[in-house]
Amino acid sequence: MKRVAICAVAQHEIKANIWDKRFQDMLLDILEDLQGETGFVFGGENGVKNIVTCSDDFFDARTISDNAVNDVVGAANYRGEQKMAQEGLNGIGYAMSVILSGHDDVIYLAGHCKESLSASRNQIANMAYDPFYCRCLGLDYLNTAGLQARAYMEKTKITQEQLAKVVVRARQWASRNTYANEKTQLNLGDVMYSSVLCDPIRSLHAYPVSDGAVVMLLASEERAFEFTDNPIWITGFGNCMDSYFMGRRDIASSSALKKAAEQAYQMAGIKKPRKSVNLVEAMDCYAYQQPMWLEGLGLCDEGKGGCFIDEHGPAKYNVNLSGGMLAGRPLMIGGLYGVAEAVLQLKGQANEHQAADVNCAVIQSTTGGAGQFQTVVVLER
Amino acid sequence: MTKKKNRNVGIVGIGMTEISSHKEDQNQPEMINEAVRAALADAGITLKDIDCVVHGNMELFEMVHQPDLWHMIGTGALGKPEFRITTGGTTGMTLVAASDNLVASGMYDVVMAIGFNKLQEAGSTTGGITNMADALWYRHLQTGALTSTSANLSIEEFGEERARKAAMKHRIMMDKHASLNQRAHRRFGLEYNQMEDLMKNSPQLIGDLRLIHMCSQSDGACVMILASEEKAKRMSKKPVWIRDHIAVHREETASNAYFPLLSETSQRVAARKLFARNGITNPVEYFDVFEMYDPSAWWGIEWLREFFLLEGDEAIKMVENGDWDLDGKVPVNPSGGVTASNPISATAMLKPAEVALQIRRDAGTHQLKREVRHGLASGFGGVMWTELMMLEKDLNWQEV
Repeated sequence: MKRVAICAVAQHEIKANIWDKRFQDMLLDILEDLQGETGFVFGGENGVKNIVTCSDDFFDARTISDNAVNDVVGAANYRGEQKMAQEGLNGIGYAMSVILSGHDDVIYLAGHCKESLSASRNQIANMAYDPFYCRCLGLDYLNTAGLQARAYMEKTKITQEQLAKVVVRARQWASRNTYANEKTQLNLGDVMYSSVLCDPIRSLHAYPVSDGAVVMLLASEERAFEFTDNPIWITGFGNCMDSYFMGRRDIASSSALKKAAEQAYQMAGIKKPRKSVNLVEAMDCYAYQQPMWLEGLGLCDEGKGGCFIDEHGPAKYNVNLSGGMLAGRPLMIGGLYGVAEAVLQLKGQANEHQAADVNCAVIQSTTGGAGQFQTVVVLER
Repeated sequence: MTKKKNRNVGIVGIGMTEISSHKEDQNQPEMINEAVRAALADAGITLKDIDCVVHGNMELFEMVHQPDLWHMIGTGALGKPEFRITTGGTTGMTLVAASDNLVASGMYDVVMAIGFNKLQEAGSTTGGITNMADALWYRHLQTGALTSTSANLSIEEFGEERARKAAMKHRIMMDKHASLNQRAHRRFGLEYNQMEDLMKNSPQLIGDLRLIHMCSQSDGACVMILASEEKAKRMSKKPVWIRDHIAVHREETASNAYFPLLSETSQRVAARKLFARNGITNPVEYFDVFEMYDPSAWWGIEWLREFFLLEGDEAIKMVENGDWDLDGKVPVNPSGGVTASNPISATAMLKPAEVALQIRRDAGTHQLKREVRHGLASGFGGVMWTELMMLEKDLNWQEV
């Protein structure tokens, strides 16, 4: 299979409430950063003609949310645009297919999400449930995560202290990342005794409300070097849908993530992920999810997430050196921020949080209650 | 010039529900499931053969966030790769174009695209569409998709009588086509001798746009199964080939409709570019059928000129001569078009689906008599966005 490159990325600084900019302004600012870095243009013989956007009608409170950004993603003047209406990591897989299909050879990808626009992101997540049974029960992504956290804690015997370690570490790394939202440093006690948000999830176990935007330029192998000397290759992609009904799943394990990872590893030709992978960006919206997703990615033994933390597994695999979701990323583009971080790491441009000798990154994202839908991307230098 | 596809992609299965104003006996996943089952049966395969599902709608109409998560009980996506890709009214064709890319890429061999809307649950489509406008600048001005601009431009160019008659003739022709299609939503049984009456008495919506000119608010789902050339040939006796497609977007606001900053319509740009890269010099001559996303009869007559790269009154003359009728030069909308049926996010998929059925000669009661080898389908959405797709009976265009 031919290769597809991510030539360059640009991230907007993540904040709890970017009140002084509309999301259009945020996207425009980072588009200009990316054009400055790569020199790409729109239109003409060799310019960008097709754009993939990532946004959400509910978070933007607009029907056809991509309509609102066509002007600032270069689509307005007779160019093509398609919206990935899932978490943005899926946009990487789709943009990759557009290039591999031969339909186009350069794609501009732009994602945005301002969680601060809604009074409550839980209210939006509640709307993801069917209007007959589950919505009236009040299900949302927080309380389904609470049910999953309880099941996972029962199964793995993971302790409050181990979960607190995940959060403390995330904040430590976030403090070195220019783009991270929540950098307040914590000690284990702060996390362990923070107020209960949704039992057993405590307030400091949950990702903070976040606004942000990410853009990147993808190109075919033939054209990538026009835009960078240092392309990062998308070598694996996979995603998988699990059952909508919690009762039909083993919620303490993630079969969807295992299948998504299997597809991505297979495409990348990775037989032993524990040997090949040396950087991970996992979408840990809640502290328990970091070890749980690492189990799903095959980097940690099933049910051993707690020991994995004590034995410095996250450090070994360079997990979430950006700070991850726990330091704040918008839900709909959490995975896209993961890609941006991994690209910088693989290019050796992550500055103060740069890992040593990394060449193979795995990025994971999830949508839906208790990780119903899972996506995995493999990037290599 | 056209870029060579990594591999060819064929349509092997088509399923659609009946289109109606209310589907109170089905919820969303049940409605989708009806079309999924029909498409699988049409392709003669089961869910096991599907490698990837692509789902899309405009979710604020049904007010379900990330609806593919719930809908998996009807889509059959359990344990499978899945994408949710949307645009606006163009969503249905975006789904087919995206599925074409996904198959052609080599990442998936068989992809099932699902487009639907259950607009009854929206209450008011016009309210939903108004919600697309910028909350600060345009939302208080927008009236959904209701606009008289197209009518005004046609009247200015061709005079009141000629323009109004042409729009009404197109509308009645669409109704006559819809009357032959058992799945069409609105089938009024209009006759050409009602033209004068309708031009005067159909309730006025905005300016010269009257109720009879405008598309319906419908419930329905459409599903198409696409496969790689190798699998398509194995699965289907009559695969229909997707030759090429193009998406052409314009700026966020509709200001260009009044103060043209860009000289061409997205319809003309899409047609010009798509035909040029495929070596089509005379589209009226080349295409045997055109399924057009015509949200109103006024847009219908305006866009026929644009899509076929015609000039002046050529397209309107063809309306007057009946050249777009079932036995005319290029039959337009044998399905009855969008003024008859409009479950929005399925609508733009119903267009290539209808073309494929015509090519296969499986359109049933509204099958064209002529042989259909080359088909064209359009989608419309957002702010004057166009998607255009070419479909072929034979896999021989590389030699053309």
